[in-house]
Parts: sequence; structure tokens; C-alpha cells
Amino acid sequence: MLRGRKGKVVRDILYFALVAIIVIPFLFPFFWMVVSSVKTNADITRVPPAWTFKPTTMHYRGVFAEHDFSRYMFNSAVIAFGSTFCSLLLGLPAAYSIARFKQGKLALAILVARIVPGITFLIPWFILFSRLRMVDTYTSMILAHMLVGLPFIIWVMTPFFESLPVELEQAAMIDGATRQGAFFRVLLPLTGPGVITSSILSFIFSWNNFMFGVVLTGAKTKTLPVAVFNFMAYSEINWGGLMAAAVTITLPVIIIALVAQRYIIQGLTAGAVKE
Amino acid sequence: MVLSRWIDKRIKYVFVLPALIFVLVMMVFPILYTLRLSFSQWSMGSLTPPRWIGLRNFTSLLVQDRRFWPAVGRTFAFTIIAVVIETVLGVAIALILNRDMRGKNVIKTLFLLPMVATPVAVGMVWLLMYEPSIGVINYFLKLLGLPQGLWLASPAQALGSLILVDVWQWTPMITLIVLAGLAALPSEPYEAALVDGASTLQSIRLITLPLLQPTILAAMTLRAIDAFKTYDIIYTMTQGGPGYATETLNIYSFVLGFQYFQMGKASALLIIFFALTLGLAVMINWLKKPLEL
Repeated sequence: MLRGRKGKVVRDILYFALVAIIVIPFLFPFFWMVVSSVKTNADITRVPPAWTFKPTTMHYRGVFAEHDFSRYMFNSAVIAFGSTFCSLLLGLPAAYSIARFKQGKLALAILVARIVPGITFLIPWFILFSRLRMVDTYTSMILAHMLVGLPFIIWVMTPFFESLPVELEQAAMIDGATRQGAFFRVLLPLTGPGVITSSILSFIFSWNNFMFGVVLTGAKTKTLPVAVFNFMAYSEINWGGLMAAAVTITLPVIIIALVAQRYIIQGLTAGAVKE
Repeated sequence: MVLSRWIDKRIKYVFVLPALIFVLVMMVFPILYTLRLSFSQWSMGSLTPPRWIGLRNFTSLLVQDRRFWPAVGRTFAFTIIAVVIETVLGVAIALILNRDMRGKNVIKTLFLLPMVATPVAVGMVWLLMYEPSIGVINYFLKLLGLPQGLWLASPAQALGSLILVDVWQWTPMITLIVLAGLAALPSEPYEAALVDGASTLQSIRLITLPLLQPTILAAMTLRAIDAFKTYDIIYTMTQGGPGYATETLNIYSFVLGFQYFQMGKASALLIIFFALTLGLAVMINWLKKPLEL
């Protein structure tokens, strides 16, 4: 066994190497995505892989100029913001009410919505939205994405409201506030971290969602994931363009994750670890 | 003022009503509609309304259909294998990372990336990496002197390749949950074990794992339910192919509904899928109870 200070340094280095071996495979696909997006297609298909090459922005220019990705990005953003906002609007009061008045049945319905595969709803929605001529509208996509966002927000927020003492509202009401006033002015500000957590994740779920978009969008409201998939399906595989598209769609989420990592970890692990 | 007093008295109902209406319109009604359609034959034509055919969609799926049972098997195989590997790897990684070190938060953040990255983009890059002739995975295998694979191009390897992507995406989630659980463990048992001269491995086996059991089970439950419904990765990477080699229940019902437009049969499949998912959730819950202390 190695002992003393020298031994500690060696052990630290070994440990660091072990951590690196664990982390690298989880990062490599991102590295490869970015590297391939700035290679020419000739460099991408080279065997063995070209490790040194002259970077090019041609694929990004192609993605935005020829394939109108800025528009899909706008669509994705409208739908993600819209569904998150509406989910908060419906979800926060509901979570408060479930927490205060122990409305177990509604909580159960929300849990079922978390569990049931989204595709179960897709056929009736498609038929319904076709009848109402609402396929390929922001409204139908926002409603569809709320199916993921709303249950999630209620799921994360209910314990937050449960943890707030009833005395807070009572004090506010003694001071003359109405119950709604107490909710909006006293309780909501206190649950800020929970609201941030659940809205960030609701946004990401919507941004990433592919299945609803495949069926419910058309030329006008096509979202980024659908556009990326179509990009592959219709042309013979243009790997460079595909990777540039993949980077374009992933970058915003990665930035959010890096900035708000604490909230995201909290949200994704919600329900598994009791605090 | 009158209005706000009126709302205050009924806040119980007013606050949940919008969410309740959403649940009814967007969830309950669609499920009932799907249930009704599952007893009908309909190809979405506006001239020919759905025709009631009783249980025939169900019997045709359960008895005659050649793609149904293999899809059930694949869905369970995908879920079980992926979740077991993710749990073993995830717990092991958490135990390794669980010590005070600089940059631990950076590593936790990096672990977050596979699970928040857009699945379609993830599918695309793995598609490129798996490519048998130009893919970087076969290149690395060759460097190491290992046999190369056909990956998604081979019916025998395709499902396993998809499981590997799921493992890449979701092992970090188990790790992060277990790390959170580890941070909440009491320190006394370890001090006692140290006094008694227990080795690190002994204290992990005898103290850490038993204490973590509820956390690990909860993480596995969340994962199992999500893995069972995996859609994005499979549809973007293989669309159920080659042949039907990666066709899970999710993919098969999508194909029936939105490619073949057999709305009745697809609805029947969705009802079965729905029941299986709920059954799985209830079963996991039921299995968990006697295990939790």
C-alpha cells in the first residue's frame, strides 16, 4: 500500500482517472455531434475518422438558409412557452388546492396522466382536432403538450404547498387579505424555487417532444424535432446537415441545463428522494 | 368584493376546476373514445362511419396477429434489461462519485446532459456512431482488436443497440437520485462500522445498500414506467425495423394508427397498452411494499 503524502497524490490521480473513464462515454456523443457538424461530408465519411480537418460552417448555413430552421425554432419556442405558461396557470392553483384540501382523487388522476403513454391520447386527439380543423395550429400543440407539463407541475408543486404552514395564510387573512390574495401574494412568492424547477422542466419536455408534433403539426407549426426527423427521412442521409440540425436543437436545452442545473436535478429526481 | 368573497368560499372548487376540466376533456374523454373505437372498424373515412364489430379487434390482435406478441415481448425485454443495467451502473457510479471532491457539481451537471438532450438529436448522433462502415464505434472496437458489430442494421443486434442508447441516456438519472439519497444518509452507522473495523466494501454492502433500498426502488419505478413507453429513440432510429426487429407496443400502435389508418385495431392495441402500463405501475407498487422497511 502507498502511504503518506505521496501515496495520497497517487490515489487522487487514480481516482481522477476513474472518474474521467466514467464521465467520458457520457459526453462523447455530444463531442461527436459538434465535431461532425463542422466537417464536410467527405470528412465525415472518411475511414478511419478524420481527427484533423478544416472546419466548415456550410451545414449550419444550409440548415438555416435552405431548410428554414429559424422558423421551426420559433414554432418550438411558442409551443414550449405557451404550454408551460398555461400549465402553470392551471397547475399552481390546483396543486395548492390538492395540498390544502387533500383532494386525493384529483391527485390520482394526475398520477395516472404521468404514467399513461401519451400515444393513448393521440388517436382521439387527432380525430377531434381534425374535426375542429385544429390540426397544424399552435392551440392544439399547446393543449397536447400541457398533458405532459400540467401533471408534472402539479406533481412537483403539491409537496411544496404542503410544506408551507397553514398559519401563513391565516395570518394574511387576519390582516384582511382574501384567500386568493393570500395565495397570490404570500404563498406563491414562497414557492419560487418550485415554480422555477417545474417550469424549466415543463419547457424542456415540450421542446424535446417529438411524438405529438409528428401527428399534430403540418407546414405551419412544425416543431424542431419533427423538422430534424424529416430532414433525415426525405433526403439521402446528409450527415453534416443532420448533425448541425441536432446541435441547433440541443444547444438551447444544454444551455438551460448548465445555467439551472440545481433546479433540474431537483425536478428530475422529484418523488424519488424524500427531502 | 362580492365576487372575491364568493370565490373564497368555494376556493376548493374554483382552484381545481380549470385543471379538472382539462383532465376531463383531454384525458378522460379521449380514453373513453378510444375504448369505444376499439370495438369498431374504421379507417378515418368521413363517408364511412365507424362500424361496430364487438371484440373482433381484440381477438384479432391476441390470436391472429403475428406482430402483437413479439411486440409485447420486446417491450418487456427492452424495459427490464435497460432498467436492470441502468440500476447496476447508476448505483455503482453514484457510490464511486460519493466523496468530497472538487468539481463534484460540475460532474453532476455533465451527467444531466444525456437526459435533457433532445431525444431526436440523440438518436441522430447515435445513428451516425453506429453506422457499420463509417461509424466511430466500430472504429474504436477495431482499434481495441474487438469484433465489430452491424448494430442497427442487424435484426439480432438492433434492440440491444437501442437499449444501449437508453442506458446512455438514463443511467445518469439513477446516479443523480442515488447521490441525493446518499447525501441524506445518517453518518452514525458508518462511524460505528469504522470502530468495528469494517472495510469500505463491507459498509457499502451492509449499511449503504440496505439504507438506500427505498430510494433505489423508487428510481427503478420511475425508470421502468418511462422505459416501457420509450418512443422517440426507437422511432427516430429504426422506426421498428429492420423488419419488425425493434417494434415495441408503442411503435406498433403508432404504425397501425397513423400509417395503416386502422383506427379501430390501433385503439384496441392502445387499450391493451394502457392496461399493461397501469398494471405494471400497480404491480411495481405492490411488489415494493413488503420490501420497504
